[in-house]
Amino acid sequence: MNFEAIIENFPMYLSGLGVTLKLLFLSLLCGLAVALPLAVVRTVSKGLASRLVWAFTYVFRGTPMLVQLFLCYYGLAQFDAVRESWAWPWLSSATFCAWLTFTLNTAAYTTEIIAGSIRALPAGEIEAAKALGMGRGLLVRRIVLPAALRRALPAYGNEAIFMLHGTSLASVVTLLDLTGAARAVNAKYYLPFEAFITAGAFYFVLTLSLVGLFRWAENRWLKPMMSR
Amino acid sequence: MILHGFLPSLLEGAAVTLGVALSSLALAATLGLLGALAKLSRSRIARAIAGLYTTLIRGVPDLVLMLLVFYGGQVAINTLAPLLGHEDYIDIDPFVAGVLTIGFIFGAYLTEAFRGAFLAVPPGQREAGLAYGMNARQVLWRITLPQMMRHALPGLSNNWLVLIKSTAIISVIGLSDLMTRGQQAAGNTREPFSFYLAVALIYLVFTSVSELGFAWAQKHLAIGVKESRL
Repeated sequence: MNFEAIIENFPMYLSGLGVTLKLLFLSLLCGLAVALPLAVVRTVSKGLASRLVWAFTYVFRGTPMLVQLFLCYYGLAQFDAVRESWAWPWLSSATFCAWLTFTLNTAAYTTEIIAGSIRALPAGEIEAAKALGMGRGLLVRRIVLPAALRRALPAYGNEAIFMLHGTSLASVVTLLDLTGAARAVNAKYYLPFEAFITAGAFYFVLTLSLVGLFRWAENRWLKPMMSR
Repeated sequence: MILHGFLPSLLEGAAVTLGVALSSLALAATLGLLGALAKLSRSRIARAIAGLYTTLIRGVPDLVLMLLVFYGGQVAINTLAPLLGHEDYIDIDPFVAGVLTIGFIFGAYLTEAFRGAFLAVPPGQREAGLAYGMNARQVLWRITLPQMMRHALPGLSNNWLVLIKSTAIISVIGLSDLMTRGQQAAGNTREPFSFYLAVALIYLVFTSVSELGFAWAQKHLAIGVKESRL
């Protein structure tokens, strides 16, 4: 095994690591911000709004993320209206399209995770809040969301890890993330084992870190709440 | 027409995608069953190997593993082949590389799903079988396995849905599946939105039909099981 080429190109791997982490955190953050209100609408409202959210999650969870990425990056360019609009500099950028696709995708999954968590709340907590005269807004803000979010931590941790693996798709639209760096090294030196095993090692360490992070979060916010 | 006559090509690609998904599922289910049995066995080596398998595979993205298998496999085969006498360049079929990779990856996820399903079967069932004089293999085949299938269904269905969407990445190594046909049609007609939308709709049909199928299977396997009313 010839790892000299890898060591020479280590800076490229590190910059790829930066791109991966940036994409991951921005997508997760924005996805969560979008998912919170959507999950509340999904569970608390009945009627058109709830159905619209259902349709959104159904489509984004039922289709591959790669197709969604291509639709955004290659597909939108088909329309003159898009190409001549103010948004074109954004929509023609691979990084923006990747971030947008990943955000929408994780928003869909996270909406369902939080919605499921809200539905699984013990009815007694909600009834007690209503008995105390809490209005809908206060109820959601002080009772439903804190409890639901804590209970959703394990499932959300899984989703975060899936998102980390998903960011590797950015390399398909020529972004130089970890996978992109590995593909570049493979193309240049014909060393597939060394190139992809190195990328795999980076992702493995990242995955373990995420697992550790969520375990800490669960210990801090979920465990104290659970019955012994 | 909207699809400019490319629909037959897309449908052929869809058939390839379905073929890859089903073959991968067969491989993954086999590996998952073996892995779950290894993780639950008394042998420390079996548990260690299975543990290493699931941890490594679930820690690396599908795309990276697939590129490793495809490009690495090419290099490996073409380094070994001359040593065995072959002179020509041997190509790895993207279908085989794709099925092997996806099957291997989801074998790890199914190991965990089946392990949970095995643990959900009451231990008394196995003990009763052994008390009747059945050997371990008979207990597994006649008593444990049929009962664990009902518990395994949610995990199996979730992993199947993720699996069928993951097959889209095999287009990256050149398999002529639904995704590639969509790309070709898009390039040909300069209408990427229409064709990727069509591709997305076909995947949506796959996932919807799968969900219906699993709902039916869940009902079918739950016959005779009393469900508590909450």
